[in-house]
Amino acid sequence: MTTATGTLPRSASLIQDFLDVDRIRDDFPILHHPVRGGRALVYLDNAATTQKPRQVIDRIVRYYSEENSNVHRGVHYLSEVATDAYEKARTTVKRFIGASDEKEIVFTRGTTEGINLVAQSWGRKNVGAGDEILITAIEHHSNIVPWQLLCEEKGARLRVAPVNDSGELVLEEFARLLTPRTKLVAFGHASNALGTINPIRKMIGLAHAAGAVVLIDGAQGVPHLHIDVRDLDCDFYAFSGHKVYGPTGTGVLYGKEAILDAMPPWQGGGDMILSVSFEKTTYNALPYKFEAGTPNIEGVVGLAAALDYVSAIGIDAIATHEQDLLHYATKRLLAVEGVRIIGTAAEKASVISFVLEGVHPHDIGTILDQEGIAIRTGHHCAQPLMMRFNVPATARASFAMYNTREEADALIVGLQKVMELFR
Amino acid sequence: MTEQLRELYQQVILDHNRNPRNFHELEHATKKVDGYNPLCGDHYTIYVEIDGNTIKDIGFTGNGCAISKASASVMSATLKGSTIAEARQLFDVFHKLVTGEPGSLSTAELGRLAAFSGVSEFPARVKCASLPWHTLNSAIEGDKETVSTE
Repeated sequence: MTTATGTLPRSASLIQDFLDVDRIRDDFPILHHPVRGGRALVYLDNAATTQKPRQVIDRIVRYYSEENSNVHRGVHYLSEVATDAYEKARTTVKRFIGASDEKEIVFTRGTTEGINLVAQSWGRKNVGAGDEILITAIEHHSNIVPWQLLCEEKGARLRVAPVNDSGELVLEEFARLLTPRTKLVAFGHASNALGTINPIRKMIGLAHAAGAVVLIDGAQGVPHLHIDVRDLDCDFYAFSGHKVYGPTGTGVLYGKEAILDAMPPWQGGGDMILSVSFEKTTYNALPYKFEAGTPNIEGVVGLAAALDYVSAIGIDAIATHEQDLLHYATKRLLAVEGVRIIGTAAEKASVISFVLEGVHPHDIGTILDQEGIAIRTGHHCAQPLMMRFNVPATARASFAMYNTREEADALIVGLQKVMELFR
Repeated sequence: MTEQLRELYQQVILDHNRNPRNFHELEHATKKVDGYNPLCGDHYTIYVEIDGNTIKDIGFTGNGCAISKASASVMSATLKGSTIAEARQLFDVFHKLVTGEPGSLSTAELGRLAAFSGVSEFPARVKCASLPWHTLNSAIEGDKETVSTE
């Protein structure tokens, strides 16, 4: 591992995998690009962002080489081509998450923007003094702060459903916190910091029974789990393109048509209007009402390419492979003296947060980085969760479809080097 | 283990991380300032007891990586008993050391501070090393009660 090599050697996996990982790795140019003076990259920071396959990169290059124009505006050829590509991407997203109609797919900059859109548009209209918004203890800051801002403005109250020591939601407490005052319930599909997969079907059912609207932060759901928003019956589902092999600066807010339709616009500008006079402006129909200004066209067509890529491989096959890596790496990590895994839920996405006794995660991160191993260290934008588990920070390894057991082994070897230095 | 890593995690740093000096609150502190690195969650409180122009005592509490903790520890041991003018000068010296700027002091003159010479090779870690110093600086200048690296 410490010698300069192009890529990691891969021995035949012991378990029958559904994925041809070697072929998948060939699709990702960056995985073959050495780091830190010739070391093979071991990229285990996928919960932060995933790498992009050639199919996505090429699609963006093709867009700028052959199709670039503004959308929904020009009468000329390129404008038609660009608009067609942009709207076809909407259809791709619609199919990918099982929405009923393209009108329900709003393109955003990412999950954060999607949540803020709902907080500012739906929230300002529907949440008042004394009302409550319910979240859970394992939310990312992006699913906490927009609701705090709203609650502060409206005199509403933010309630937080607790998790147990494994990092699993205490469902009875969640149910108990749902009251007639609960206007909206927002929770992550899966936790970026612990990996916990929430029992979202049950949670949606309970929230709806209490009369609340449900938003799911799907940033960590879409890359790992099959999504069918109609089957789930959630009211909003927000996710980011860059965590599912697509470009940064892209995201999707799904909303049920009737709910989106009743919402006031969020940002004003071009594209979101039907007609403007200084006296009165009429807003455009869904989903354009929520897409003010020239969108990230290149990003959106790249996102569609990413979703096509994932679909071609199959999310279930990806999940099986990632679960194998999760269990393998967990087992190996637990065998390292002094390692404690934070987040031991029964249902987890391929995310492992851990601490090493006597060594701060930041130091682990720097030492692993010298070996070409990229992990995340810190509070993972989930400071209240870190407090819940009484750790200032954790080290986090998160796995994607292109990772291998050999890379998990490299992580263990790296950790042994950390211990050599610190013990 | 790469040479760079050995340079970063010198024995002085590992020792001060394991056994931080002056790692406690100060009962007679004349000033107390919190220092945060919001990106990694490092958090220290620096206590100083200033008597006229002299830093009579320094203590610190908190949590962070080996680099930040050792930096706070070495800083406290170095500056205890020095004058404010000397502290200001060393603040400048340390800043140049960890950002890789040429400084006026030789390795011998730097003393324990020389252990931080490897930090400049790790841009992501410069803030770790400088957080305690910025926090102390604020305590001395008396302008803030909270310092953030961002």
